[in-house]
Amino acid sequence: MTREEVLQKVIPVISDKLGIDEDQVVGDAHFINDLGADSLGLVDITMALEEEFGLEIPDEDAGKLETVNSMIDYIIKAA
Amino acid sequence: MAVTKSVLITGASRGIGQQIAVQFAKQGAFIAINYPFESEKENAMQTLHEVQNRGSQGQIYEADVSNLAAVEDMVKKVKMDAGSIDVLVANAGITKDKLIMRMTSEDWNQVLQINLTGAFHCTKAVTKEMMQAKKGRIVYISSVIGMIGNAGQANYAASKGGMIALCKSVAKEFGSRNITANCVAPGYILTEMTQNLPKEATDQFMSRVSIKRFGTMEDIAHAVLFLSSDQAAYITGQVLVVDGGLTL
Repeated sequence: MTREEVLQKVIPVISDKLGIDEDQVVGDAHFINDLGADSLGLVDITMALEEEFGLEIPDEDAGKLETVNSMIDYIIKAA
Repeated sequence: MAVTKSVLITGASRGIGQQIAVQFAKQGAFIAINYPFESEKENAMQTLHEVQNRGSQGQIYEADVSNLAAVEDMVKKVKMDAGSIDVLVANAGITKDKLIMRMTSEDWNQVLQINLTGAFHCTKAVTKEMMQAKKGRIVYISSVIGMIGNAGQANYAASKGGMIALCKSVAKEFGSRNITANCVAPGYILTEMTQNLPKEATDQFMSRVSIKRFGTMEDIAHAVLFLSSDQAAYITGQVLVVDGGLTL
């Protein structure tokens, strides 16, 4: 999967889970600082992306994925 | 009270669960009636008839709440049938009363697994849906026994006390998503379950009840309906004791 393909799938999920506009979901956005996510929101996003891409993101990895870019990198590697 | 859209009630084939279904049906809600296994199906159908007789819609769903996969499957089906799950009433419960000296690990585990772990499973499954909707109501049917303990009911008391702690944690964890969680703690209520208590215990309870009658299943259902209503929007993590003054 290309980075662009992953991005196009990730954006609506994050936007939906956090209740923000899709154009706010940019690569270097920090989930907590820029997008206003809390710990529950992060878990919600992680679980939705696990489902979307059919993969499992262990908690110890998920904790390190703080930006949209890091999440996309992780998915590309894992998928 | 405002009409609730869709309610899932576990252990609704009999007893308090059935009565809660009947009372919700008067509001015109969709009632998802859970029952544990095939031999309870007929009773669940009876609950459904009672619901339909009051002009509400409903459906029956077989799922052993101690089995997470079965619970998740049930919640998916309810979501498909009702479109949403606005209220969970975690009511399914059993007793296996014995003095601790005679209580086996199996007696202990079975009660904990259904009463407490079952409530956790249902919470886990419905909160996913409720988070998406950014609203939800969870009502746990605990017991005064979970607050004051009871000889011969260590397993039941631990499970019901555990539900209170679970409820408070859920209230904190999901409060930001407009999901409330509360307990109703019945006292001595006339049900099949209390019929099995020894007479000695019954007499002792009765002597302590201020309102000199045993509680009815309707008394409990009314408290559940209140905590599920819009009027209770700012109440969360609480235990509403419905015991006629038993624990005073």
